[in-house]
Amino acid sequence: LTEKNELSFEKAIEQLEAIVKQLENDEIPLEKAIKLYEKGMNLTKACDDILQQAQEKITYILNENGETIPFEGEE
Amino acid sequence: VQNKYLTVTALTEYIKQKFIRDRHLQSVMLKGEISNYYFHQNSGHMYLTIKDNKSQIRAVMFRGENQLLKFKPENGMQVLIEGKVDIYEERGQYQLYIHKMQPDGIGALFLAFEQMKEKLQLKGYFELERKRSIPLYPKHIGIVTSRDGAAVKDILTTIKRRNPYVQLTVIPTVVQGLQAAKSIANSIKMANELNIFDVLIVGRGGGSIEDLWGFNEELVAEAIFYSNIPIISAVGHDTDITISDYVADVRAITPTAAGELVVQKWDSIRDNLQQKKQQFKYNFQSIINKKSEKLTRYKSAYAFHLPQQLINKNKYDINQHRLLISKNIKNKLSQQKQIFLFMERQLKSFRPERQINTAKNQLTQISELLNRNMIQKIEKQQQRLNDYIEKLLLLNPLEIMKRGYAIPYKENKIIKSVEEVVENDRINVRLVNGQLNCRVEEIERVDIVD
Repeated sequence: LTEKNELSFEKAIEQLEAIVKQLENDEIPLEKAIKLYEKGMNLTKACDDILQQAQEKITYILNENGETIPFEGEE
Repeated sequence: VQNKYLTVTALTEYIKQKFIRDRHLQSVMLKGEISNYYFHQNSGHMYLTIKDNKSQIRAVMFRGENQLLKFKPENGMQVLIEGKVDIYEERGQYQLYIHKMQPDGIGALFLAFEQMKEKLQLKGYFELERKRSIPLYPKHIGIVTSRDGAAVKDILTTIKRRNPYVQLTVIPTVVQGLQAAKSIANSIKMANELNIFDVLIVGRGGGSIEDLWGFNEELVAEAIFYSNIPIISAVGHDTDITISDYVADVRAITPTAAGELVVQKWDSIRDNLQQKKQQFKYNFQSIINKKSEKLTRYKSAYAFHLPQQLINKNKYDINQHRLLISKNIKNKLSQQKQIFLFMERQLKSFRPERQINTAKNQLTQISELLNRNMIQKIEKQQQRLNDYIEKLLLLNPLEIMKRGYAIPYKENKIIKSVEEVVENDRINVRLVNGQLNCRVEEIERVDIVD
C-alpha cells in the first residue's frame, strides 16, 4: 500500500538534506550542481506527491483471528 | 515436703507442653514489623524481633526455611509470617519459629519490582546499546492496550490530531488483573507475527501499583526485549515507572505523551519539506550566482576585452614560425644536394670495368703460374717415385737371392744364429727358384767382429 511511498519519503528527505549539504559548497562543478539540482527537484516532487496523496486513515482494531477490522470505539 | 517443689527444668517442660498442645500456638499467622534483624553467617539462621506499636516477640527463622525467601528482610519492613510459638528452654523464653515470611501489602510488590529490576538489569535488558530507534515517519502504528478506557482514547485522539494520515491499529489487550501479563506479552508477539507495524505503543492509563502490575512481570519484559518492532512504553502517569518502561526503546510518561512523540505534526512535516526545498533552491541559486560572477570577471579580462591584440600577436608568431620553417627547409635541401653531388663524384671515379680487367689479367697470370707449378711438381714427384721403385727393386730379397744369397729356415722360422740349431736338425734353405731340404752335419761358429 503506502508502505513504499512512506519509506521513500523518509529516504527522500534524507537525500534532500544530503543534497542541500553538497550544494553548500560552491566550489562544486557546475555539471554536478545541475545534476544534483535535477535530483533534488525530483525528490521534492516525490515528497510533495506523497503529502498530496495522503488520505485520512480510519483506525483499525485487531480481532481474535488476527484480522484488522474498523474500530468502532471512536467517537 | 521436698516433693512439693518443682525443678526449673520440670516447670519449663510443663510450660512447653502447654504450648505444644495448643493448636493455635502451633500454627500462628502473624503480621508485624521487623526489628533487631541479625543474620548469623556461620549457621545461616536469622534472628529477629517482630513488633507492633505495643508488643514484641523474639523470632528465629532457620537456614533451611530462610533460603526460600525471595527478598532480604530489613528492619522496619512490614511482614506476614506463618510459624509456631514454642519455648526455648535454655533461656526460659518463648519465641516465634518462622516457617514462611513475606513482605506485607504494597511492600511485597515493591520488593518484587526491585528484584525484577535487578535481575533484568543483570540480563542486559536495559542496555542503551540494544534500544531500537523509533522511525521518524511511521506509517502504521500498533497500540497494545485495552480497547476500552481512557488510554486508547488519549493515544488515538492525540495521534489523529497531529497527523490524520497515519494508519492506527488497536490490539485489544487485558492490562489489569492476573491475565494482564500474559495478554500484553501475547499482543506484542502477535504484532510481531503480523509484521505490518513500524512501531508499537504498549501501555494503559494510571492506577494503583497492583493495577499496573502486569507491566512489571518478566513475561512482558521478555516480549518487549525480543520484539523486532520498536516499542514505546506508556504506562500510567509520570510517577508510575514499570519494568516495561525500562525495557522499552522509549518511555512515554503518559499515553498522551506517547501519541505526541510517535508522530510528527503533519504541518511540521510539510513545513520541514518546504524549508528543505527552499534551502536547496537557495543553495543551487547561490552556486549559479557565484559561477556567473566568475564568468563576468573572466569576460572583462584583457584578452577578452581586446581580442584583436591576441589575434595579432598570434599572427605575428605564426609568420615567424613560417619563416623559420622555410629557412630550415632550404638549408636542409642544399645540404642534401651537396652530399649527393659528392657521392656521385665518388662513384664515377671508381671505374669498375678497369678494375675487372686488371683482376682478369691477374687471374690468368695466377692460373698459368699455378699450372706450371703443378706440372713441375708432378714431374718431380714422378721422378721421385721412379727412384723409390728402383731402390725398392734393389731391396727386394728375390733380387738379392738372384745374386746367390739363400735363407735358412727351421720350422718356417728364419735361422739367424748357429745357436738356433743343433746337429742333425732338419732345416730348409730357400733359394731364388726353390728350396733345399737339408740336415745339419756340423756346426762351426765364427765370431763376428764389428
